[in-house]
Amino acid sequence: MIADLSALWAAVPQVLEGLGITVLLTVCGAILAFAIAVALGLLARSRAVLVRGLARVVIEFFRGTSLVVQLFLFFFVLPQIGLSMPPIVAGVIALGLNYGAYGAEVVRGSIAAVPTGQWEASTALSLSPVHRMRRIIIPQAWALMIPSLNNLLIQLLKGTAIVGFITLFDLTVALDKLRIATDVFFAYGVGLLLYFVLAYILTLGMNALEVRAKHRLGQGESLREALSFRSPVPEDGVAQGRAAT
Amino acid sequence: MPSPRETDPATPAIRFAGVEKRFGDNVVLQGLDFEVARGDRVTLIGPSGSGKTTILRLVMTLEEANDGYIFIDGEPLTHTEVDGERVQLKEHHRNEMRKRIGMVFQQFNLFPNMTVMENLIEAPVHVLGMSKADAIERGRELLDRVGLVGKEDAHPSSLSGGQQQRVAIARALAMDPEILLLDEVTSALDPEIVEDVLAILRDVARTTDITMLIVTHEMQFARDVSNRVMMFDGGRVLEEGDPETIFTSPREERTRAFLSAVLGT
Amino acid sequence: MSGLSWNWQHVWDSLPSLLEGFFTVTLVVTVVSSIIAAVLGLVFAILRRSAPAPIAAAVTFVVNFIRMTPIVVQLLFVYFTLVALDPLTIGIIVFGVHYATYMAEVYRAGIDSVPRGQWEATTALSMSRGRAWRAVIIPQAVRATLPALGNYVISMFKDTPFLIAITIPEMVSNALDYGGDHFRYTEVIVLAGVIFLLASYPTSLLIRRLEQRIAFTT
Repeated sequence: MIADLSALWAAVPQVLEGLGITVLLTVCGAILAFAIAVALGLLARSRAVLVRGLARVVIEFFRGTSLVVQLFLFFFVLPQIGLSMPPIVAGVIALGLNYGAYGAEVVRGSIAAVPTGQWEASTALSLSPVHRMRRIIIPQAWALMIPSLNNLLIQLLKGTAIVGFITLFDLTVALDKLRIATDVFFAYGVGLLLYFVLAYILTLGMNALEVRAKHRLGQGESLREALSFRSPVPEDGVAQGRAAT
Repeated sequence: MPSPRETDPATPAIRFAGVEKRFGDNVVLQGLDFEVARGDRVTLIGPSGSGKTTILRLVMTLEEANDGYIFIDGEPLTHTEVDGERVQLKEHHRNEMRKRIGMVFQQFNLFPNMTVMENLIEAPVHVLGMSKADAIERGRELLDRVGLVGKEDAHPSSLSGGQQQRVAIARALAMDPEILLLDEVTSALDPEIVEDVLAILRDVARTTDITMLIVTHEMQFARDVSNRVMMFDGGRVLEEGDPETIFTSPREERTRAFLSAVLGT
Repeated sequence: MSGLSWNWQHVWDSLPSLLEGFFTVTLVVTVVSSIIAAVLGLVFAILRRSAPAPIAAAVTFVVNFIRMTPIVVQLLFVYFTLVALDPLTIGIIVFGVHYATYMAEVYRAGIDSVPRGQWEATTALSMSRGRAWRAVIIPQAVRATLPALGNYVISMFKDTPFLIAITIPEMVSNALDYGGDHFRYTEVIVLAGVIFLLASYPTSLLIRRLEQRIAFTT
């Protein structure tokens, strides 16, 4: 199966380097996406029509155009109008904006899903809107949004596979080197497996966060009790479908 | 604590003047006028849809009236008249007014991400500016009063419905409100537990002079605690009087029909 | 060749090749792969639900594996193994199978959303399994799944540029070619983005409208 052991040995560092870039893009992209999701999600709920409208426009723009187009926008177009950046920055920004826009819908929807009684009790106690959001609503919305955010995170990971188009040396590009050193089945088999393991690890992490969040709300088991592989897909296929656009 | 006011004791605690409230095409309250004096315990009775809960929600500013004015201790709550025009008052003013009013809900609405004690001290600390130590001490007193000593670190989800409602009452009282609104507070509870909660409310009525506006199906409780009963129908006050008169010899046919349906007499 | 100036000439000049890519590849792949995904997804869903345990488990694992790994890697894998096939066919198959794994989940949720009472009623009326599925369950399951299926079609449409990885000349790669030839990417990439937006945004609004109407009549 493996033609040349020394070629394989030479290829391993490259695979690791590619893996490193993929992980870096995923982590940085996810952090940026989350920040954007919360910001846009909250702005989309604003009572000021202009603010809400602007947030909507940004959200629909990044949801409606393709990730690849956005990547090229940051890598090819911005430099031509004077704003250049290293490819890795372009990658992180494009991933962050694209998945942040999808995340904004998740954040907005989860906040809206917190029971009305919680808003009303906060009013009855004269809590200020900022205080209410920070201490009452968001802690409860957080537990609700984790499954959908998990899905987006996995999609983000898969989305990193195209950064080869903007000259970044990620895992997918490294697989090509590995293929040449060994063979197609081995190289891509290993590659798919690596991505799968990464997705699995991310899902475990998100599941742990969800268990902890629910425990804080007094629902459900503690983290210790819940360490098992749970499918990253939420029960609601419709919501998942909606989140995909 | 809400700033002490030099209010003339004769000023009504709550006054509705020409209040109208619509939900879409549905006119729930129309041209509503009534007063509640300080220290009154008023029970609102009537069929569902008659507007009783809406009145409570208007006082608590959970809803806003489409027309008319509401006065708390003689001061306008959300709107006032300027040069013949109905004008909304500033957010700041409404926030200040709101602090004098507390509410207990049918569904308890405790904050699930906080313990019992945290639920009790949240508003006193952050809204009234009480020190955490003072708020905790007050919280303990109130827990004692509602019979839940030792539950301060419990999560709401580990408490029974009746216990949660008692915490909710304590939470509302922790703000030292002048007016307490009770919206069907026992309707979501198992019958055996209802009496425990009512006992606490009877105690509150007996030991304080908080003005209370109550919506309930518990007629015996209404008789024990209220000094006035108002029968609502179609968004209007059909009749009112002291409990004895209303419950035993109501004037209106509609009131009689409602009472016999509810009480089975 | 830089600066904030916008040159409309580039827009008109590149439009034909962009539209060619759009109609010959983007739309074709989206439509054909969606059909494959819709049918195959249903097969997966039924297998997972009704097949004997070992087969159902295997199907579940394969579906999850494909769903959680990048399309690009899958494209490359098939491209290098099935050398005899032309890239476009490979693209259609891989997209079809990959999205079938998403559809499978949508179908599952749709079927699960039909209340238990409906199944029990069919038993009480002694309806055959086949009849129960056809006349009672599937019509109700479809209401929930249609909007989600629609959303995934839009999602697939926006993923078609991934086909660049296996050298298929679709709309965005044509845009890049033009950009490279003229040293000017701005207008051409923005144009590609606008075309995507014009196609996907109204469609997604339509689907949201459909979703609301379906929910209302349930």
